[in-house]
Amino acid sequence: MSEINLPAAAEPVDSIGLKALGVAAAIAVLLAAPFLASEYWINAIIVPFLILSLAGLGLNLLTGYAGQLSLGAGAFMMVGAYATFSLQLRVPDLPLPLALIVAGLIAGAVGLFFGIPSTRIKGFYLIVSTLAAQFFFEWLFLKFPWFYNGNSSATIALSRGLSFFGLDANGPHGRYYLTLGIVALLTLFSFNLIRGQTGRNWMAIRDMDTAAAVIGVPVFRAKLQAFAVSSFILGIAGALWAFAYLGSASVQSFGLTRSYQILFIIIIGGLGTIRGAYFGAAFVSLLPLALDWLFQHVFSGHVDAGLLQNIQKAIFGLLIIWFLIKEPEGLARLLGLRRAQGTRRRLFPS
Amino acid sequence: MATSAGPALEVRNVSLSFKGVKAISELSFQVERREICALIGPNGAGKSSLLNILNGVYIPDSGEIVFEGEHFRRMQALEAARRGIGRGFQNNALFSGMSVLDNVIAGLSRKSRVTLFEEAFRLPRALSQENAFRARALDVLKLFDLEKHAETVVGTLPYGVQKKVEIARAIVAKPRLLLLDEPLAGMNANEKQEIAAVIARLNRELDLTIVLIEHDIGIVLKLAHHVVVLDYGRKLADGPPETIRDNPDVIAAYLGAQHAEAAA
Repeated sequence: MSEINLPAAAEPVDSIGLKALGVAAAIAVLLAAPFLASEYWINAIIVPFLILSLAGLGLNLLTGYAGQLSLGAGAFMMVGAYATFSLQLRVPDLPLPLALIVAGLIAGAVGLFFGIPSTRIKGFYLIVSTLAAQFFFEWLFLKFPWFYNGNSSATIALSRGLSFFGLDANGPHGRYYLTLGIVALLTLFSFNLIRGQTGRNWMAIRDMDTAAAVIGVPVFRAKLQAFAVSSFILGIAGALWAFAYLGSASVQSFGLTRSYQILFIIIIGGLGTIRGAYFGAAFVSLLPLALDWLFQHVFSGHVDAGLLQNIQKAIFGLLIIWFLIKEPEGLARLLGLRRAQGTRRRLFPS
Repeated sequence: MATSAGPALEVRNVSLSFKGVKAISELSFQVERREICALIGPNGAGKSSLLNILNGVYIPDSGEIVFEGEHFRRMQALEAARRGIGRGFQNNALFSGMSVLDNVIAGLSRKSRVTLFEEAFRLPRALSQENAFRARALDVLKLFDLEKHAETVVGTLPYGVQKKVEIARAIVAKPRLLLLDEPLAGMNANEKQEIAAVIARLNRELDLTIVLIEHDIGIVLKLAHHVVVLDYGRKLADGPPETIRDNPDVIAAYLGAQHAEAAA
């Protein structure tokens, strides 16, 4: 995109007009989506896609931008969900949006704590630290009934549902707009951060951490900021996953598989890009559906259904491997956007 | 300036070893304010290691550093930057995934005064700082004739251009002491002259004290006010370029007969 040295801000007027038109069209489609899609699509595909995108975005700030490898995405989502549950249960006066923010802050603080080892270790060793978060919180939230208010199934659900300020967001449309609003807002914040000094510090650490320290980047602070911001977003994504998508959740909703899923999303979508999280989330939520549809139409009745399910998983895995070999920089690169050759993202800093 | 008297930098009896192998032994020298001091010596003489001690990448075994009158047993990397020690690396240590402009602005990081919150909401203070940083970085890019590359991803540029970006990044925060590790390496004769001229200008116009490592003796003798010769981690000679050129030890150990003739 930038091989030809275009002057920074000198776009022709009509291209700006086209861009504005495109943005306006996109907003119109997003707002109208619930009326275009069936309830099934909203509940089962679009809402989870948006939430997974948000989670991917959160992890991408930490892993793709700041270069800190984490397998704790599920843990921080879990903290956000359980914190929201606790706040809604025990501080009923706190409206839902504020509860979500406070839950995000709690998740952020937890993320910051588990990020402290990153100032000493990196790569594989950092994975161990974030994995510790994963296992610790799975244990914690099961072990103490206080966290799920002692109910017999050890699950959490909001007794008052998704109502706030007299609005009822429990229906599919309400859940969609609530999720969309939060995702849009947090995407905007992330975008602001990464194009500012914070983002430059993160990328400097990712690209060359010794040099970053020597030229005056506050490496320690910037790494902890990355953990905190990433976990803040993941925490809110977790709360949405639990209450706007699933309705009721348990620790199994945020197990290690979830952490892997979020990591796959950003690897497939593109490390170190905002849009990568969306592409990756679309890939992991739509591909299984497409495979499902294909198999039902081609093989249904001929092959055992359980076997089909397993074959689908195998194909999904193979497709990911094939895709990563073909395009290690993810969908964001494949779709012809951003970054020239020779600057590929590495998952493991050398 | 903190104090106007005394040298800018003093290295006192500094020793460094890697797993028992001595890299630097009992090295002492001074760098006066506003001078260009060149460190020369064969590969493995300990030149780069010394720079790494000066801005806190390596911890010396013994000895101390006196920078602007303050004594340090060891430097911390961030502390060194905060006190105004800028650094260019031997093999470019640029942030390869970022644009030229962002690389240079990253050098202003320690001057940043806005909070994460202000940046997330793009509050006025964040915006005005961002604009000020951009303007400052563009000014520095102009000095190196790099404006046209401002938005290019730095990893895609040729080596010589990257070297310039690195010096730009090192000086953007207005350091008082600039450490350059082979700033001319890998450049052609024209580029070398160009960069040498910029270094001389930075020294003259910004009153910048510069310590540089360079192998091109012809340029070193013209550019530097003061030359320190290292060999096997020891100081072999220390003085103005004219005396270094004629020092028989230096000729024997480093310059070699041909170089001496060429320089004479």
